Amino acid sequence: METYISGYREVAHTADWELEVWAPTLAELLRQAARGMYALSGIQIADRPRLQRQVDLEASDAEGLLVAFLSELLYIGETEGLAFDQIEIEINHLTLHAELSGAPITKTDKEIKAVTYHNLSVRAENNLLRANIVFDV
Amino acid sequence: MIAIQDLKRISDYEWEIPQTFRQDMRVPVRIFATRRLLEKVMDDKSLEQAVNAATLPGLVGRVVVMPDMHQGYGFPIGGVAATRYPEGVISPGAIGYDINCGVRLLATSIEYEEAKTLLGDLATALDHYCPSGVGEKGALRMSEKELDQVCREGARWTLKQGYATEMDLLRTEEGGCLEGADPSKVSPHAKERGRPQLGTLGAGNHFIEVDVVEQIFDAEAARVMGLEEGALALQIHCGSRGFGHQICTDYVREFQSAVKRYGIQLPDRELVCAPLNSPEGQNYLAAMRSAANYAFANRQMLAHNARIAFEQVFAGKVRDWRLRQVYDIAHNMGKIETHIIDGQEVKVCVHRKGATRAFGPGSPELPDEYRRIGQPVLVPGSMGTASWVLVGTESSMQRAFGSSCHGAGRVMSRQQAKKQVRGEALRQELEADGIRVRAGSMAGLAEEAPQAYKDVDAVVETVAGAEIARKVARLRPVAVVKG
Repeated sequence: METYISGYREVAHTADWELEVWAPTLAELLRQAARGMYALSGIQIADRPRLQRQVDLEASDAEGLLVAFLSELLYIGETEGLAFDQIEIEINHLTLHAELSGAPITKTDKEIKAVTYHNLSVRAENNLLRANIVFDV
Repeated sequence: MIAIQDLKRISDYEWEIPQTFRQDMRVPVRIFATRRLLEKVMDDKSLEQAVNAATLPGLVGRVVVMPDMHQGYGFPIGGVAATRYPEGVISPGAIGYDINCGVRLLATSIEYEEAKTLLGDLATALDHYCPSGVGEKGALRMSEKELDQVCREGARWTLKQGYATEMDLLRTEEGGCLEGADPSKVSPHAKERGRPQLGTLGAGNHFIEVDVVEQIFDAEAARVMGLEEGALALQIHCGSRGFGHQICTDYVREFQSAVKRYGIQLPDRELVCAPLNSPEGQNYLAAMRSAANYAFANRQMLAHNARIAFEQVFAGKVRDWRLRQVYDIAHNMGKIETHIIDGQEVKVCVHRKGATRAFGPGSPELPDEYRRIGQPVLVPGSMGTASWVLVGTESSMQRAFGSSCHGAGRVMSRQQAKKQVRGEALRQELEADGIRVRAGSMAGLAEEAPQAYKDVDAVVETVAGAEIARKVARLRPVAVVKG
């Protein structure tokens, strides 16, 4: 039985990290995946300055969109030192537009090298979308 | 689901999953492991991933898996697969996100007994001069033009800048530079990540470790390498940083559509590939070589900075403080090589992911002094445990595409390790064992606890027993620096 309508949890994986994510819509699934990825990394952000970014992406399927979006967050994290606690996503026919609000990263416990496609499948179960995402660390 | 009964025992150290095991396999899988290591591996999906790897188009010979194997995210860690050049495929996932993650070993004549009171200072100095940690940036701020030069020239660029010696390059795989790199095939995202990171260690399982040469098994090979029993040595383990990670990310994404264009069906999307002679395949090869060259330059910069640390601590206190290059190897790489398959010379693309090149004596690719003994193979153990120096053998050339293991291989998830081990307690334990530790993250330290890894001695006994490598020396850690 689902306690929360959307969320994430860490799954044991021998060498890397795996996240299980669930949500009622694809946009919310990506938002939860971003929250989960930041939580796995142990990322903390400053109170200020608050900074905004926009991300525009497209992919050929839902899995591609998930990988591309999370990869873009990793890129922004590494090149600008920013992470986002407010994420608004619109998805239209596998084209994504995201409005991100966040702040400079003050602490990161662990480095994520990449988001992988391993066993990645956005599947519908009991009126929710679910996905398991494996990260290379 | 694979069971031990599905495997055919070739010897105490070699097993096979026959090609008939699954309909889509193009070649068999050969596993170098003892029965005991194999039984433990049944708990994860390494062998299933090896079977998936055996479906790549253009494979020749066999897929090989090393005794330090563990489940990866598509291709097993510890896996080797060779595809026919030029019509077989190249697969970024079978090389890894950390392109040219590898190890460099340097030797000294500094006796442990005369150095031991200074090892705390040395650990602090190495931590200072070799930046580590998540998102850490180096002292160099390269322009895009300089980064392009590093892509094309690798460690040769560091020689021109005064950060390397000729001997360093001679004793590096490929002389520290893969020909055929093309930075125009690297994305702006990757270049943005790469420009500030040259000369940094990173985090996770990357480290700099000071060791003592504890035991020598082959005196002549050790002499040629410059290893002295009872003396300090230094290992540097890292790769291509965000530069390589982004390149692999970019091409795994691009190849999602390439596999459809070329009609390739695969059991795992992370195995996506393209024919080597396709524009996509050639572009990835050129970009991958750029990342490989970046990593060679990166390890050279770290070695240069380690030399500064050694000089700072030891100059005037020991007779000779200098660090001498033993060798530098890659364990995530794709290389175009020629191997003998069924009596014929065949040009192949050898994918090694968590596996090390281990060319035997007589190989023309080796520098003169190593052609007699075989290529040095560097096998770092998990933190706090032994590391090994081996040499490649002719038998490895015949049975494993001249490859060997790369380390201890994980047995426990990072989540489990964090639950079982407290980073600060581990640090104190290591210090109590005489190992000085400088770590940026206690959580990261816990994930790298020795109990999360296989027994490296057992891994090395297996490759030695299988005769795909020969023991030269065992090293014991005395200081560790990690992010």
